[in-house]
Amino acid sequence: MNKTYDNRAWFLVLPVFLVVAFSAIIPLITVVNYSVQDIFGPGERYFVGLEWFREVLRDTRLHEALWRQFLFSGLVLLIEIPLGVAIALMMPRKSGWAASLALVLLALPLLIPWNVIGTIWIIFTRPDIGLLGYAINTAGIPFDHTAAPLDAWITVMLMEVWHWTPLVALLAYAGLRAIPEAYYQAARIDGASDWAVFRYIQLPKMRGVLTIAVLLRFMDSFLIYAEPFVLTGGGPGNSTTFLSIHLVKIAVGQFDLGPAAAFSIIYFLIVLLFSWVFYQVLQRVGTGDRR
Amino acid sequence: MKLERSAAPAGTVPAEAPARTQPRRARRFALRKGTVGLIVYFVLLLLPIYWMLNMSLRTNADILARFTLYPTDPTLANYARIFSDPAWYSGYINSFIYVSLNTVISLLVALPAAYAFSRYRFLGDKHMFFWLLTNRMAPPAVFLLPFFQLYSTFGLIDTHIAVALAHTLFNVPLAVWILEGFMSAVPREIDETAYIDGYSFPRFFVTIFLPLIRAGVGVTAFFCFMFSWVELLLARTLTTTEAKPIAAVMTRTVSASGLDWGLLAAAGILTIVPGALVIYFVRNYMAKGFALGRV
Repeated sequence: MNKTYDNRAWFLVLPVFLVVAFSAIIPLITVVNYSVQDIFGPGERYFVGLEWFREVLRDTRLHEALWRQFLFSGLVLLIEIPLGVAIALMMPRKSGWAASLALVLLALPLLIPWNVIGTIWIIFTRPDIGLLGYAINTAGIPFDHTAAPLDAWITVMLMEVWHWTPLVALLAYAGLRAIPEAYYQAARIDGASDWAVFRYIQLPKMRGVLTIAVLLRFMDSFLIYAEPFVLTGGGPGNSTTFLSIHLVKIAVGQFDLGPAAAFSIIYFLIVLLFSWVFYQVLQRVGTGDRR
Repeated sequence: MKLERSAAPAGTVPAEAPARTQPRRARRFALRKGTVGLIVYFVLLLLPIYWMLNMSLRTNADILARFTLYPTDPTLANYARIFSDPAWYSGYINSFIYVSLNTVISLLVALPAAYAFSRYRFLGDKHMFFWLLTNRMAPPAVFLLPFFQLYSTFGLIDTHIAVALAHTLFNVPLAVWILEGFMSAVPREIDETAYIDGYSFPRFFVTIFLPLIRAGVGVTAFFCFMFSWVELLLARTLTTTEAKPIAAVMTRTVSASGLDWGLLAAAGILTIVPGALVIYFVRNYMAKGFALGRV
């Protein structure tokens, strides 16, 4: 669709800009301010330049948390995207009661407050009262996410996959539903295999929604806090201390506002950089008829 | 099955009829295999929720005393306590108020903006859109403090409107994105005809355009509702007592007294109900909402 160039359209965007800017810009400036100052108390603050940034970049525990975070987000994308697509492919194609039921069930985990997600999984995996924990231990395999780092990782990953795969599936399902029936008819006439239909029709048509899925899952998994915090508290040891849990330890636990602010800015820039790359890719690989 | 299909002759006209029926039979079989997979997935998906339901129908003593797959002696005592204790049920009311406020605000500001994005090019339009998205990317922990200061400056702490405003940060970009997709699907000719007929922009927008994108508004409302409902950190930071959300009430209970698993599970089950109701109303439009999305 050809759009007319008209800067008066800004008047329509202005309300959005004002509402978001009210909550976005002043806190951002404040955090930048913290990051270059040493604050002892009200009225007692000194400019320290980039000192906090240097300190944060040398922090080895932060490096560990960062790699842990990359591993976590990478695993999340590797598991949830293919699984979500597979589920979307299995969903009923025709709308009806089956599709409605499937959609409502699929959305259930997405509707639960994030700390409640953690609570559910504590209840579910406790060796004494949890269904999963009890079942595994009864089967003779010792499993306790509060003691063994590997068990903690498995539990957190299970929780994450359980919680967010439905979002990927919803997005992929939406992409599939948008494919006109004519494409499938043409493929049928050509005698295309199921794999060929997926590879050359469904996958390209899902490209847009999948890139958005990747973007949302990357941002949210990289910033994950409440769920693992409730479930494992970052332990055992530091094994599930993801980046934002480490950040809270610095900011609240040690009350080092300067380094925490500097760290927040670096953190934000990492997310921004990756999201920007995804966004650029998403603009390029999109169909030619949109902008 | 795949072999059968690729082996089916397709080129000649007389061969077309069998070539059509055969893959159709094959697809029905594939569908059934998929349905089995889907049922297995949904059973796994529902297990943790079922377990919470199971816990919510038992007393805490019973939960800790023995392991049962289903409540042998079901009790509604946990639910009764939540519905009778103001500290508990006010949490739900507070959450519901600010989530509704947020949904209304997000829709009101996002509607004109989405129209602008769908109909016009203007200076910095793409940058504007990406900037909106960046508000989803800030790690909340440190930003909470300046948020608190900002909202106290305006005397908004512990009000529902504060949380509603703060949640627009991540809901408005999403709302603009979904609505823009629905609006772009409406042909421009409708706008132009209306202007020629002498409609002013506001009158056209409300009486003609909005009814056309009803489904989009419903889907957007659902997503705003959902993301505002599940958020905890901002909501907890900006409230103390009067507007405290249910999620925060639950965390307080965990840290204060010993864990009452039954009560916690009942509260958890109740947090799912409002969203499940909302999704039931927009279920038929939901898939469409994403498919028409901006990308």
